Amino acid sequence: MAAVAALYNEFQALGVEFLAISTDSRFVHKIWQEVELSKMVEGGVPFPMLSDPGGKIGAVYGVYDEAAGVDVRGRFIIDPDFVVRAVEVLVPEVGRNPRELRRQIQAFQHVRATGEVTPSGWEPGKPALKPGPDLVGRVWEVWKP
Amino acid sequence: MSELQDKCVQPARGPLLPAMESPEKEVPKEVKMTVRVGQPAIDFEASAFVPGVGFQNVKLSDYKGKWIVLCFYPGDFTFV
Repeated sequence: MAAVAALYNEFQALGVEFLAISTDSRFVHKIWQEVELSKMVEGGVPFPMLSDPGGKIGAVYGVYDEAAGVDVRGRFIIDPDFVVRAVEVLVPEVGRNPRELRRQIQAFQHVRATGEVTPSGWEPGKPALKPGPDLVGRVWEVWKP
Repeated sequence: MSELQDKCVQPARGPLLPAMESPEKEVPKEVKMTVRVGQPAIDFEASAFVPGVGFQNVKLSDYKGKWIVLCFYPGDFTFV
């Protein structure tokens, strides 16, 4: 949570809206912000923290752990047409990497803007591929791992 | 996003499945809708703490037209 907040300016520059959601109540979210998150990152997290009591929303998104009664780490990238573009789900013990999240958003935005496709490990400024008959069997000429 | 009085309990509608919009058509229990890549996101309404604003109900579709990152996490005050 705080790791994303630390990169928040960069995500804002990409036009990204963040929503965090757990089974905690909105009151607990407020107190967590006050007593802990605001000490990890100046001003605390700047995005809405949503409440999913009973995990009904998490269940629909396939991330509710009924035995533990919590939503596991599930991250969904949704495009401006309201279509889900990416899903990443982790067990609670391993945190996410906001830099990889940023790279994926940049890749999805590049694809949407250009119609090109981005090869493995693509970063902004690196060549992307123009899919079409001429590229079949010749990716090796333009891209190497 | 609707303005709220700060009540003890705030109902929010949760998942807004298409079939639930018309109550006469009950969804059979075994039909479980889940989100998939390349498919539309499933809308929902949740109560929320919005920094700088206070308590509000938030709908995912309030953010339609923008890039959205929706992050589930196991709980406040967990260690990671």
